[in-house]
Amino acid sequence: MSGMRVVPEESQKFVISVRQLAKLFADQQGRPVRVLDDITFDVYPGETLVVMGGSGCGKSTLLNCLIGELRPEEGGIFYQTRVMPQPINILDAREEQLNEVRKRFGILFQSGALFNSMTVAENIALPLKEHSYVDPSIIDIVVTLKLQQVHMLPHRDKMPAQLSGGQKKRAGLARATALDPEILFYDEPSAGLDPVTSAAIDELIIDLSKKLSVTSVVVTHEMDSAFRIADRMVMLDRGRVLRIGPRGEFERIRDTAPERLADEDERLIHQFLNGKTEGPLTDAAGMSEYEKWIVTG
Amino acid sequence: MSDAAPPSRTGRLTAAVTAFGQMGYNARHRFVRDVRYLGGVGYLVGDTLAWVVRALVFRRVKLGASALASQMVRVGVRSIPIVVLIQVFIGIILALQLAPTLEDYGSLEKVADIIGLAMFRELGPLLSAVVLSGFAGASIAAEIGAMVESEEIKALRAHALNPIRFLVVPRLLATVIMMVGLTVVADVVGVLGGLLTSWLVLDIHPWSYLDNTQVALFYRDFFTGLVKGGVFGVLIAAIACYEGLNVTGGAEGVGRATTSTVVKSIVALIATDCVFTAVFFIFKL
Repeated sequence: MSGMRVVPEESQKFVISVRQLAKLFADQQGRPVRVLDDITFDVYPGETLVVMGGSGCGKSTLLNCLIGELRPEEGGIFYQTRVMPQPINILDAREEQLNEVRKRFGILFQSGALFNSMTVAENIALPLKEHSYVDPSIIDIVVTLKLQQVHMLPHRDKMPAQLSGGQKKRAGLARATALDPEILFYDEPSAGLDPVTSAAIDELIIDLSKKLSVTSVVVTHEMDSAFRIADRMVMLDRGRVLRIGPRGEFERIRDTAPERLADEDERLIHQFLNGKTEGPLTDAAGMSEYEKWIVTG
Repeated sequence: MSDAAPPSRTGRLTAAVTAFGQMGYNARHRFVRDVRYLGGVGYLVGDTLAWVVRALVFRRVKLGASALASQMVRVGVRSIPIVVLIQVFIGIILALQLAPTLEDYGSLEKVADIIGLAMFRELGPLLSAVVLSGFAGASIAAEIGAMVESEEIKALRAHALNPIRFLVVPRLLATVIMMVGLTVVADVVGVLGGLLTSWLVLDIHPWSYLDNTQVALFYRDFFTGLVKGGVFGVLIAAIACYEGLNVTGGAEGVGRATTSTVVKSIVALIATDCVFTAVFFIFKL
């Protein structure tokens, strides 16, 4: 963390607290560009928070910062879990501390990111083998349970190359839950799936949230999926938080005529949620400028 | 015919200064890039050795014996046939090339001495390493590069698994161990190639050939070859893993990393061999 020290309010019970986060990348001329700017929000225990926004708005960058894959230049990311009741800022943490935080969360990657040289069962057993000293027979039982949870037991001995897109995501989800995490991150869980499989994955996310009492952070731009699974939603636009609120608030904006909405931000969210080509999202800078933003970031 | 006026003297001077400046800038850029590359590979080797030491000192740090075994099979065992084939050919070629000159000096039996020294000190480790850089180095770079592209490395880190411990350590250890083993195989097979040619073509009796080889060779010839083999193994694996871990740009990037691994490994092997030879020469080893 650099510059001014930012800390979450002590009275709030959060699982993740993001404070004034800024991430800079260099453009083609080597000049710094703020891909994330002044991002602040909290994620509370047991909720499902959906992060949404157009292509290039910084969703994936934010997720990479949250999981410790990218190091932001400014701000703080605090984790407070059941086994780590004192908030830990992962930007100040040593590698060992960061790994302890990582053991408390699981991630479903967009492609599943299964280890291609291992079977489905070996993929799920890997975190257990590496982070515990339990007997292989116990690991086998846990693997069976995790596969049952995602309805993948018949495929336990298959290699990832033999699975369909939906099956890869299910297996990835089973691996993400292998260490009984308190937090689950989902990176575009419905991307590249047909509507039925996509709905099934959404059901699975809701089911796992309930059964395992996990806190979920889902990054997506699939609106149907977002409204199915979200408790709260965050809308990002050009690296900034445009709006954060309960699902109902976003449903109201989606279903209200643009001329009746309070401000430009709401009209922009309305345009995005309804997938319209005309509106402030494209009008403000002109379509060509918007396209340029998407392409160049 | 162009109507454009010829450039003035000042214009030519400006162009020359610009070109010179650009050359200097490019040279500096390349130098910084190369230093960064060497630093990156050096850091990777250091980090890998640190993990090995940690695993030897602390029992809770796992190195993965099964991963090491499977990498040894992949890197070393599968490359034995090609190393054997190449070293037999090299033994035959050396015997046939040396024979006419040695015969002129009336020292045909010295063919065994020269082949023995060349194989044990130089060609055994060097040619095995060149084969391994194409056989195993390229494969390691492609495999790790594909893992980077399919987010597997990211997934490892997300599961609090260090990619260096998990991927680089077994590959580097396996390459070093198998490179030393392959050097022994290459030495023996190369000498056998020379022996067969000398027996069947040059009419030198096998026992006489083996006697001459034994007299010509010292233990230091064998051990300097093994040391070279081990260091070559570190170079091949470190370059391959570094190239793989730094892949960007999809399938094209994986292809670039594979080619780059082979080219850079061969340059590094020959440069290191040159340094070794100079050091052994100075210290009369």
